[in-house]
Amino acid sequence: MVANITSLGRSGLYDWMVQRVTAVVLAAYILFLLGYFISTPDLTYADWSELFACTAMKIFTLMALISLSAHAWVGMWTISTDYLKNGVVRFLFQGTCGGIMFVYFVWGVQILWGL
Amino acid sequence: MGQKECEEAVSDNRPVNLDLSQFSFPLPAITSVIHRATGLILFVGVAFVLWAFQESLSGEESFNAMKSVMQGFLAKLILWGILSALLYHLVAGTKHLLMDMGIGETLEGGKLGAKITLVVSIVLILITGVWIW
Repeated sequence: MVANITSLGRSGLYDWMVQRVTAVVLAAYILFLLGYFISTPDLTYADWSELFACTAMKIFTLMALISLSAHAWVGMWTISTDYLKNGVVRFLFQGTCGGIMFVYFVWGVQILWGL
Repeated sequence: MGQKECEEAVSDNRPVNLDLSQFSFPLPAITSVIHRATGLILFVGVAFVLWAFQESLSGEESFNAMKSVMQGFLAKLILWGILSALLYHLVAGTKHLLMDMGIGETLEGGKLGAKITLVVSIVLILITGVWIW
């Protein structure tokens, strides 16, 4: 087996599984939010802040954020290994993606829990 | 094949046709490329989503400001774009999960799955457009 040092789980099979499990979490989160928007046509700040003040929603959102980070990493990694053949370019691209992903994650946590 | 032809067939000088415009892409290849492209779009789109998320939860005033920003044509267009990419990615991803379960793994199944992916996501994208405007 050829292990690629930049792959998330050092194994394609593990990455494949991560991609699917996180996809299911993200799909559930997105469908929940879409359902919420559709069933609350005249959304007010009170409704919206009450929703995210709830611990269950915070847990669900944090789960979605973690899933997004892993899912996007595997996806961007796959794209970079397929289309970027130059080692330096690929490494820089992956580094940038990882950096952006980390910023997204911390930013999301910050919004969720505030100061 | 004789020795000479064999050597010629594997020779490094053989013509390599990698002009993508010369290829005929089957529909499943096209839906797969769109799946990747929408993933890339969403990766960038998350920045807009997080920004809107932040503004909407920073207090009543900024929530209402965000709400009026979202009434603008450009904001609606960006929102529709992100939601379209999201819906396509979701539908194509669901097809992936079904295929992982062994549903539609044949050549015919793959072609049909690609058609269904396109039709379902186009319908959802149009409905979303109507919902936004």
